[in-house]
Amino acid sequence: MAAVDRLYAKRRFKNMLALTLAWTATAFGLFWLVWILWTTVTMGIAHLDWALFTKMTPPPGDSGGLLNAFFGSAMMSLLAIAMGTPIGIAAGTFLAEYVNHSKIGTVIRFVNDILLSAPSIVLGLFVYTLVVKTMGHFSALAGAIALGFIVLPVVVRTTDEMLRLVPSQMREAALSLGVPQWKVTTQILYRASMSGILTGVLLALARISGETAPLLFTALNNQYWSTNILQPMANVPVVIFQYAMSPYDAWQSLAWAGAFIVTMFVLLLSLFARLVLLRNRVGND
Amino acid sequence: MSNGNSISADSMTGMLIEHRTSNSNGADRLFRWTVTAAGIFVLVSLSAAALSMLWGGREAFQTFGWKFFTTTDWDPVQHKFGALVAIYGTLVTALIAMIIAVPVSLGIAIFLTEAAPRWMRTPIASAIELLAGIPSIIYGMWGLFVLAPKLSENIYPWINDHLGKLPLAGPLFTGPPLGLGMLSAGLVLGIMVIPFISSVMREVFLTVPARLKESAYALGSTTWEVVWDVVLPYTRSAVIGGIFLGLGRALGETMAVTFVLGNAHELSASLLMPGNSIAATIANEFTEADSSVYLSSLIALGFVLFIVTFIVLAIAKLMLMRLQRREGK
Repeated sequence: MAAVDRLYAKRRFKNMLALTLAWTATAFGLFWLVWILWTTVTMGIAHLDWALFTKMTPPPGDSGGLLNAFFGSAMMSLLAIAMGTPIGIAAGTFLAEYVNHSKIGTVIRFVNDILLSAPSIVLGLFVYTLVVKTMGHFSALAGAIALGFIVLPVVVRTTDEMLRLVPSQMREAALSLGVPQWKVTTQILYRASMSGILTGVLLALARISGETAPLLFTALNNQYWSTNILQPMANVPVVIFQYAMSPYDAWQSLAWAGAFIVTMFVLLLSLFARLVLLRNRVGND
Repeated sequence: MSNGNSISADSMTGMLIEHRTSNSNGADRLFRWTVTAAGIFVLVSLSAAALSMLWGGREAFQTFGWKFFTTTDWDPVQHKFGALVAIYGTLVTALIAMIIAVPVSLGIAIFLTEAAPRWMRTPIASAIELLAGIPSIIYGMWGLFVLAPKLSENIYPWINDHLGKLPLAGPLFTGPPLGLGMLSAGLVLGIMVIPFISSVMREVFLTVPARLKESAYALGSTTWEVVWDVVLPYTRSAVIGGIFLGLGRALGETMAVTFVLGNAHELSASLLMPGNSIAATIANEFTEADSSVYLSSLIALGFVLFIVTFIVLAIAKLMLMRLQRREGK
């Protein structure tokens, strides 16, 4: 009897220990989250002022703003979305509607998943050899293409998944009425999965907004206001990188302010993306 | 006459229908071609990325041959480049990251699926996922300006005094407490990959059929026994897949590591010393590369990183697919 009691006590102790460790692990994860966000918010707000949105990036040691960098980031992100989204939706359609259960479908999904988690610096180098070397100089266009390659796999994956969630009865009903496949896809399936695909695009936008590494080799940076996409263009992440690594106080302050804006933008965007998906799900029920 | 008329009307409708079908046939074919081309584009872009970097790095591979992987020189002045320091730094920081992230992620996944009260699960899961949304450059800045000073003042002197005296592992933990270096980079990387690994683990834990867990509970198992003897064996391959997914992230992460690694091209036994990684070397030096062999060496480094992460991610994907296949059956 005593042996059984001991065994029971040992099992309960093990269980207690494991659960305590699970609580500790979660607290450990949340601790860093709170610390990092706290740093970003306090340092960011301390250096926030209107000049940030009205002045250009300053020369070394001077104060100024990030207007040209915000503009460049917005421009390149929109271009990247404009390039990545149509190709991504088309490829996702191919996967879900044409080769869903075939070998080629499995292979493309495999490759797409690798592209999805591939280091962004590698994609930057790829676009460098592809575009920058061919053109002979850095350009915002090359930056947008590099970001486009990050958008692409995200959109492919969400489109594929969302289309496969559409009940097959919908397809069968439309096809049996004699509606051609392309019309079924564009007018019925896309409508049914619209909010899901939109979520994917928003999440992709959130992902490229803070992306730095690929822009180092493609868009580079520009201290001045530029709207020419064939020339180097300022962008927030690279400016943050350069300014944070610099020894000048004014530059470091700008880097913190920029970091704060980018983080808030990214977090709010991913929150909004989730809400879009959630609202639709509730609406369907 | 009326007969002829009706025939012509019939043939008219026939032609009309034929016209419409051939028209939509054409549109169908065009649509099919377009989406197929996009699918092929995805397929091709990955191999194009690999080939373009192999092409860009050919000068380095030709000049240095296998020595590129075995030498530690990194001398832009004499045009001598070896990748060993960067490869070593990449592997060591990723390893430290995994040592931190894997147990913590497992704990978080157990917490979120078994241990926590139900009302806590969704909010905490979303909070942990917030960590994944923070741009990596923010981790880098925080690591450089906030974490590194704290480590060098409080933690590293203690590590020096206590762990530095260990018989075998001692040299790993001795060195000036700079705050920047392999251990700091590994820690930041570990924090960064926790949300990736824990969300995969949590998702696959949720796929374990409730009747399996309920049977174990009905036999009197404790929560820990259910996790260890039922949940983990059922999801083993996917859990390993999730860990490899995190490893892939850790190997290729650039900005965070660039900030905290210290950018030193020296091989040192101590984890407290600054080092370098493949991604950090490329990010730091790409715009400064002034000779073609320098540039080519950096692109060759990128090629090496690509191949390593490709293998790791492929293993991850195959492991994750194994659970899906069983689920499908």
